[in-house]
Amino acid sequence: MSTVKKTKSTAKKPAVKKAAVKKAAAAPVAAQVTASDNGHHGAEGSGVRRRDFIHIAAVSFAGVGAAAVAMPLVSQMSASADVLALASIEVDVAAIQPGQAIKTSWRKQPVFIRNLTPAEIEEANKVDVGSLRDPQTLADRTKPGKENWLITLGVCTHLGCVPLGAAAGEVKGEYGGYFCPCHGSHYDTAARIRKGPAPLNLAVPEFAFISDTVVKIG
Amino acid sequence: MVRLIAFLVGLFFSGMLLLGLGDTVITAIKEPAVPSVEAEFHEEPLPVTFAHDGPLGKYDRGQLQRGLKVYSEVCAACHSLKLVAFRDFAALGYSEEQVKALAKAWKTEVPSINPETGEPATRPAIPADKIPSPFANEVAARAANNNALPPDLSLITKAREGGPAYVYSLLLGYRDQAGYKNEDGKELLKEFPEAATPAGLHFNPWFANLNIAMAAPIVSDDQVTYDDGTKATKAQMAEDVSAFLTWAAEPKMENRKSAGWAALGFLLVFTVLAWMSYKTIWADKKH
Amino acid sequence: MSFPWAQEYKPQGTVSKWVDERLPLPRLVYNAVGAGYPVPRNLNYFWNFGVLAGVALVIQIVTGIVLAMHYYASVDGAFNSVEHIMRDVNSGWFVRYAHMNGASFFFIVVYIHIFRGLFYGSYKAPREMIWLLGVTIFLLMMATAFMGYVLPWGQMSFWGAQVITGFFSAIPLVGEPLRQLLLGGFAPDQAALNRFFSLHYLLPFVIAGVIILHIWALHIPGSSNPTGVSVKSEQDTVPFHPYYTAKDGFGLGIFLIFFVAVTFFAPNMLGHPDNYIPANPLSTPAHIVPEWYFLPFYAILKAFTVDFGIPFTGIILIPAKLMGVLAMFGSILLLFFLPWLDTSPVRSGHYRPLFRKFFWYGLIPCIVILTYCGGKPPYTQWVVLSQIAAAYYFAHFLIILPIVSRIERPLPLPNSITEAVTGKPLPAAA
Repeated sequence: MSTVKKTKSTAKKPAVKKAAVKKAAAAPVAAQVTASDNGHHGAEGSGVRRRDFIHIAAVSFAGVGAAAVAMPLVSQMSASADVLALASIEVDVAAIQPGQAIKTSWRKQPVFIRNLTPAEIEEANKVDVGSLRDPQTLADRTKPGKENWLITLGVCTHLGCVPLGAAAGEVKGEYGGYFCPCHGSHYDTAARIRKGPAPLNLAVPEFAFISDTVVKIG
Repeated sequence: MVRLIAFLVGLFFSGMLLLGLGDTVITAIKEPAVPSVEAEFHEEPLPVTFAHDGPLGKYDRGQLQRGLKVYSEVCAACHSLKLVAFRDFAALGYSEEQVKALAKAWKTEVPSINPETGEPATRPAIPADKIPSPFANEVAARAANNNALPPDLSLITKAREGGPAYVYSLLLGYRDQAGYKNEDGKELLKEFPEAATPAGLHFNPWFANLNIAMAAPIVSDDQVTYDDGTKATKAQMAEDVSAFLTWAAEPKMENRKSAGWAALGFLLVFTVLAWMSYKTIWADKKH
Repeated sequence: MSFPWAQEYKPQGTVSKWVDERLPLPRLVYNAVGAGYPVPRNLNYFWNFGVLAGVALVIQIVTGIVLAMHYYASVDGAFNSVEHIMRDVNSGWFVRYAHMNGASFFFIVVYIHIFRGLFYGSYKAPREMIWLLGVTIFLLMMATAFMGYVLPWGQMSFWGAQVITGFFSAIPLVGEPLRQLLLGGFAPDQAALNRFFSLHYLLPFVIAGVIILHIWALHIPGSSNPTGVSVKSEQDTVPFHPYYTAKDGFGLGIFLIFFVAVTFFAPNMLGHPDNYIPANPLSTPAHIVPEWYFLPFYAILKAFTVDFGIPFTGIILIPAKLMGVLAMFGSILLLFFLPWLDTSPVRSGHYRPLFRKFFWYGLIPCIVILTYCGGKPPYTQWVVLSQIAAAYYFAHFLIILPIVSRIERPLPLPNSITEAVTGKPLPAAA
């Protein structure tokens, strides 16, 4: 924006002078050459005078106005109120048995809600956290007292495919958690990345238990 | 050649129009237009003012909340408000919890399916839901209303000439047709004996054809009990619900007006600057 | 470009020179709307409206592109998608109201622009081509505006589509098949809505293209001026930039003040309440009218009430309905022939006493009356008025104007623009 303003206002100055000089000149062609030279040097040398200031102010105001109008024209593209209204959901997890998982949808993205078995919890806790690509304990990823409830986004951190392993009978990968078939990422029972190209563990959305069996995601 | 053709075409069109003019005048003299009952007895909206009137007006939140109460307890039995969501009620001054409670307690539930069986079912509303309609579809609405369709109220104040004043007047405009006289003192049934309101309709001179299918919805004072202690007179309820419906039709009105003032102020300064710039540049040129 | 004294573009710096040698776009702009375009020094504020019309088109295209990101052209979803824009999309209400009122302001500006051309004889030689392109733009605008009004799929949208496509059914033999072709069905429905959306998106870019031709054609003879006297010397002109860019900047400010005042404080003033009712193919609104900018033409359509036939035989050659449609289209198409109907060599209405009388006391009141009557229900008094006004409208252009330009004795013209401005004759040297 600022460069545009500058070029406009500097372009204006010599032109004004050109016209003024030209009026007095008898031979237009000759006048033009001298006028453009004089005008150019004159504008450089004499600094900002009142009349220039007015032009600069007017053009700057136009620039600011254009920017102000551009704001709503761009912001209209971001999520609308009805989309944001669905940004949190409440899920009743009472029916999920240990060892089972459900897929639900939050912000139009899949969410895995998994009720871990004691064996799976133990397996997750056995792992040396330091050896992990994205070091996190199971406790980091669950709520205190509700360590069996593993809630993650079902979006592989590699390139966004939906990993397998939530629905009954699906391949759970080499570490018994989730397996992304697109490029072969293996997640363990705490949904941490263990093998394959994915850089991070499956993301844990913001969530909270608002009662013993109802969890609010988002 | 062009001018000759143009002359003939012009003569033809203008001639036909003048023939038509003669025809119109002769018809008007031979068969003068019969005055219609609507033309003589339809009333302009009553004078009523709202807090949101004018370029500086803002909604009165208390009034909108009262209006919502009138809508939910009186109008919502028949009229849908499909374009408004419960979450929008936050703009009336309700907290997130209150909005949730309002949604949950709404008389009509949201159509849904039973997650076990897949059978059609209903569930309590959540803030993200639009206000559930009282009837499943148009056929059901007509069946329950003597074959009349109660219009959706989401845009009613923008969809009727007169806006909120029209809604207000209509709600208070039920009159006894027998002996009804207009301002000129003409008695309706004497002038137009055939215009007696048919059975099942209700006489209301603020309605376009004077006979409305809706029975008077606001019938007595204190029909609704306001939470803020305002006395619920008939006029008060009509005014409150009209204000509420104005908000429902134009929820962004306040943003619009404040943005408008900012834009106007900015443009005023810009225009003055542009004018000065223009005058400076032209100072040495007579024109 | 057009005058030998036009300033030449001189690229400053190596980059400008490099660009100029390869794609002289800055040079083109400089010669079109920069210091390289000499313009008569005596243009009044009516000459602001060409630039303003361009601004109005830009407003429509920008807001329109944004709206199309949220709108869906479906008979079940269109109305709700517009309300979704109004309620849930960030600043959507602003974009939609700006687009809705922007259309009206586009027409206001263009009508003033056309009025300027009519009064000052801007359509006369050597500027006939500019005028022809201008009338073409006007026709394209009307088509675009009509199809845009259909998109919200409210009651007026639907019935407007029904009535306007109904014009075509007045054409003998091919009328009904033609209407079905336009609508893709027997009544406006999904097929019509989808194609209207497609064309409504396309046509503004066609308009932009014709505007480029319009401006190109303008730069061949250069701008006309309120005296109608041709430019004779350099003293008669000033460079477009900064003189008219500054003046247009000021004009733009005034225009935007009016536009903002309506858009933010009375956005529905120019619209019709019925279009906030979703389309219902089974029930027509009590009183259907087009948008205000179509009202004069709508009045002409309604003014034809008698069939044209052979008297006393009952043979009808042209039924009233067809004649109304022909006249309505004719009322715009006749503008294409205007340069050859008004043969007076004097351009400006200032120097044409007789023309001026017919213009101010005939044409302008008649157009005002037609606009007013177009929005009224068909009661006798409004029909009578529009019949008189429409008869004058056709007579003015097709009969009166050719005769006036033949018999009129124009007032003496100034020798030059500079003389008209300064009151002094041009110095002999120039």
